Amino acid sequence: MALLQISEPGQSPQPHQRKHAVGIDLGTTNSLVATVRSGMAEVLADEQGRDLLPSVVHYIKEGVSCVGYEAAEHNISDPLNTLASVKRLMGRGVADIKTFGSQLPYEFAGDDGGMPKIKTVSGMVSPIQVSAEILRKLAGRAEMAFGSALDGAVITVPAYFDEAQRQATKDAATLAGIKVLRLLNEPTAAAIAYGLDEAEQSSKHQQRIIAIYDLGGGTFDISILRLSKGVFEVLATGGDSALGGDDFDRAIADWLRQQMGMGEDLNPIEQRILLEAAKSAKEQLTDSPEVELQVLDWQGTLTRELMHNLIDGLIAKTVRACKKSLRDAGVAQDQVNDVILVGGSTRTPRVGEKVAEFFGTQPLCNLDPDQVVAMGAALQAEVLVGNKSGDDMLLLDVIPLSLGIETMGGLIEKIIHRNTTIPVAKAQEFTTFKDGQTAMAIHILQGERELASDCRSLARFELRGIPPMVAGAAKIRVSYQVDADGLLSVTARELTSNVESRIEVKPSYGLGEEEITSMLQDSFSHARDDMQARALREQQVEADRMIEDLLAALYKDGDSLLDIEERQCLRVAVEELRELREATTEHRLLARQIESVAKASEEFAARRMDASIKTALAGQTLDEIEKG
Amino acid sequence: MKLSSDFFEIFAIPVAWQVDSSQLQSKYLKLQQEFHPDRYASHSESEKRLAVQTASLINQAYDTLKSPLKRAQYLLELKQIDASQDSHITSDGAFLMEQIELREALADVRDSADPFALLDSLRSSVDSSYSEQQNQFQAQYQASDFDHAFNTVAKMQFSAKLLDEIEQLEAELEDL
Repeated sequence: MALLQISEPGQSPQPHQRKHAVGIDLGTTNSLVATVRSGMAEVLADEQGRDLLPSVVHYIKEGVSCVGYEAAEHNISDPLNTLASVKRLMGRGVADIKTFGSQLPYEFAGDDGGMPKIKTVSGMVSPIQVSAEILRKLAGRAEMAFGSALDGAVITVPAYFDEAQRQATKDAATLAGIKVLRLLNEPTAAAIAYGLDEAEQSSKHQQRIIAIYDLGGGTFDISILRLSKGVFEVLATGGDSALGGDDFDRAIADWLRQQMGMGEDLNPIEQRILLEAAKSAKEQLTDSPEVELQVLDWQGTLTRELMHNLIDGLIAKTVRACKKSLRDAGVAQDQVNDVILVGGSTRTPRVGEKVAEFFGTQPLCNLDPDQVVAMGAALQAEVLVGNKSGDDMLLLDVIPLSLGIETMGGLIEKIIHRNTTIPVAKAQEFTTFKDGQTAMAIHILQGERELASDCRSLARFELRGIPPMVAGAAKIRVSYQVDADGLLSVTARELTSNVESRIEVKPSYGLGEEEITSMLQDSFSHARDDMQARALREQQVEADRMIEDLLAALYKDGDSLLDIEERQCLRVAVEELRELREATTEHRLLARQIESVAKASEEFAARRMDASIKTALAGQTLDEIEKG
Repeated sequence: MKLSSDFFEIFAIPVAWQVDSSQLQSKYLKLQQEFHPDRYASHSESEKRLAVQTASLINQAYDTLKSPLKRAQYLLELKQIDASQDSHITSDGAFLMEQIELREALADVRDSADPFALLDSLRSSVDSSYSEQQNQFQAQYQASDFDHAFNTVAKMQFSAKLLDEIEQLEAELEDL
């Protein structure tokens, strides 16, 4: 028998162990992984010392052949099996792919309107699986650096990502066996990386307003944050998902085409040559006022001034989006204290100039714009995994697009408006419109347009088991919960009979729970024992947390909030869970026991939360709160 | 989750129309520091779920109390009066006439010579009637004259909606 460990209630039985957490920037073109060492965020390089990992996976008949630089080498020789830029496909449907799929060389196979799969020599591959390969590679890089397993990761997503795209990203992490501590918006990560929370504490400002201007290759993202007392609050987020630095290249290439007297119909090779020349000219104009060009048999000069004429219209579009976000945030442009530049395309100096002009302040750009997101994610991961104490910074994100349901006539009724702080919960009441109706269908969408057909379909729910009544008598309360990652869950209850309705969730673009399980099993099929061992380990960690939480709660609030019988009941439940955790190797059994203890302690938990909310501010004087 | 506290209790402030918005914001940040799910990242799943629900409730409470219209509606809700429906309409004929005129003015903005100046003057006139309505509400609420307070909330809804539309139109015109 193992010796009993006795520890102070509320304290962990283990001595404080440093946990291994990383921040991952899962990018369209490149991905990065970073961690915190001696208080500083740093990007983890591969064995060749390279920071970036190209977001490319190459497939052969037997499956994945390689990921990253190696995979990118197959780009030209084997384009159909070399999958790049899959971030653009995450959480998307067949219709979306039609609008930009022509830019991607792959063969798609859409199954009943869901997320399309890509045909490869090794079979159908979902964008989620491709992303999982990239994540697995990055996690491997981190585990190599730590010399031990990863405890968790913060993964960044663009602020404009809708629910389906966020869910797809989280599913990819689940497939890769990575515990997600948080999905974090890329601009928020950038603000953390710049350490503005510390700047705030040392400055006289009550609060700072921060604008994060993120111009990537294909997307533009603007977020307005307020930082006050260590809390980053996202006030508004906006942008243009079809505008980026690649458009600068296209504008310059188009100018080249005209100068060269070529028509608009270029073959792919000519197109590529012009784009490469444009890109290289743009980069050279960063340092020199003009550049001599030689493209095919044409020679000429491009001055910086002329380039500005070509791209200023595009930059002006981003400035308009900034204006709109400031308006959404209720902030005037001269109230902005800091502007941060993120994304490779902000290396074009003209961008910084125009942004400085608009906000009237010099933007911060001393951190590498490619690394800043991963670094910020690493800093947040460090806090969430428990290596830093509780009174650190906090992030309050918003939902980027409104959530609604489809109503009669194909219109949308908004339930949660965009830029609402998350987590958020809303409830709605419905009734039946036919006698004896026992089921109803609800279609959940996300977007700002009036017509349901113009918004993104997230899921269809079917409520079943409504007790048959006359029309209009049933009252069905549907609750929508959006968590801190921006992910949605829905429950429904018939109020007159208090029957919990069954809900069938059909995610429109994501994977069903069963599909994920089967993919997980596939990826572990060669190592079934591995999977068993991992599942058991996960449940053991969960059991330990629950025992620890409950003992601490019983010690603190058990006497005041529970009667003797209730206390005894919970003590027994905890003891049984502890015994099972030591004795069993069967993860399902342990999971069931955890669930039953959770149910038994639900009421206690609710009472504790209620009591602690009441006392959270009650004991303080106003002065303390304002200083706090 | 059902909590026994009302939104005012959560913020430890008296149930009243007057709310100090900077104090409300400080308290809000303080509460989220304590109850946000990120503070429970290393706890068990059931504690995490509870934190998500609690933080949602705090967000809802803050969102309600910081907005004059929602706060007024909530004060009446605490008196068992449902003033949250969009459809309830004031019977004040003069007020309705005035609304029709304001809407017509708004519809004409697009074609006017100086739309922004027109929007500004519209906004300041709606703003001033909105704050007048708020003063009315406060007086009626304090006097426990809930019937009239209910009617005033209906007027406040008109004003808030009109202000929204002015904002939207301005954004649209700036974007052109």
